[in-house]
Amino acid sequence: MVGLEHYLILAAVLFSIGLYGALAKRNAIIILMSIELMLNAVNIAMVAFSRYIVPLMLTGQVFAIFIMVVAAAEVAVGLAIIIAIYRHRKTIDATKIDLMKW
Amino acid sequence: MGTSVAFWVLGIIAVLAALSVVLLRDVFRAALSLVLCFLMVAGLYITLSADFLAAVQILIYVGAISVLIILAIMLTREVQRGSPSNRFRFPAFIVAVLFFAGIAFAMLNTPWQVSSTPPLEPTTPAIAGLLFGEGGFILPVEIAPVLLLAAILGAIVLVREK
Repeated sequence: MVGLEHYLILAAVLFSIGLYGALAKRNAIIILMSIELMLNAVNIAMVAFSRYIVPLMLTGQVFAIFIMVVAAAEVAVGLAIIIAIYRHRKTIDATKIDLMKW
Repeated sequence: MGTSVAFWVLGIIAVLAALSVVLLRDVFRAALSLVLCFLMVAGLYITLSADFLAAVQILIYVGAISVLIILAIMLTREVQRGSPSNRFRFPAFIVAVLFFAGIAFAMLNTPWQVSSTPPLEPTTPAIAGLLFGEGGFILPVEIAPVLLLAAILGAIVLVREK
């Protein structure tokens, strides 16, 4: 029987994969995609808590909806920034965008 | 029983799709496997009896966010260069594994107070009551459109031709 721990471990696996992608990749769009993976993993954990701990309150699902709103805003602004950087510098390699690095 | 089978199938496909997002060389294929991962997560919401959230996941992630990402990939023409790793590849792997070990240890050793009540179904009226009803989340619901409006205006200003 599948329980709360299964969903939590699955969320942890997805979050760790997203963490690896966000830390190790050079393409800025891949980094953004990894961040989306991490947000999805958190959503799975939220809904699993809502389903197994407080099945009648649905608070976790409401939190997941707000996370989705913030993720949509984040991906819109993030991709706009990436396209603006690409126009100026003709690259989206995160290791070459180092103007503010000392 | 059916839920268990669905969980294992959806979970394994989701993990494989997520792995191919970070491991594939081709950026476009990585974006497509990200879409597959989002779809599997929507299926997982259904196994958690969160029907409204599954529909929202398909509408927002599979419908909107993936289209934005694919559009950005096509606008930036980095497809030929692939998705190389930076020099922190091995430390990043170590950090991810250590993070997973720590969080899995914490999850498996916490005595969760699992309730045996069957979940609410369908969830849409209950979520509407929570979001818009008395003593619910009406203030965040009012703030979220302001955030979205600011994000849309910011995106337009950033990508506009000078």
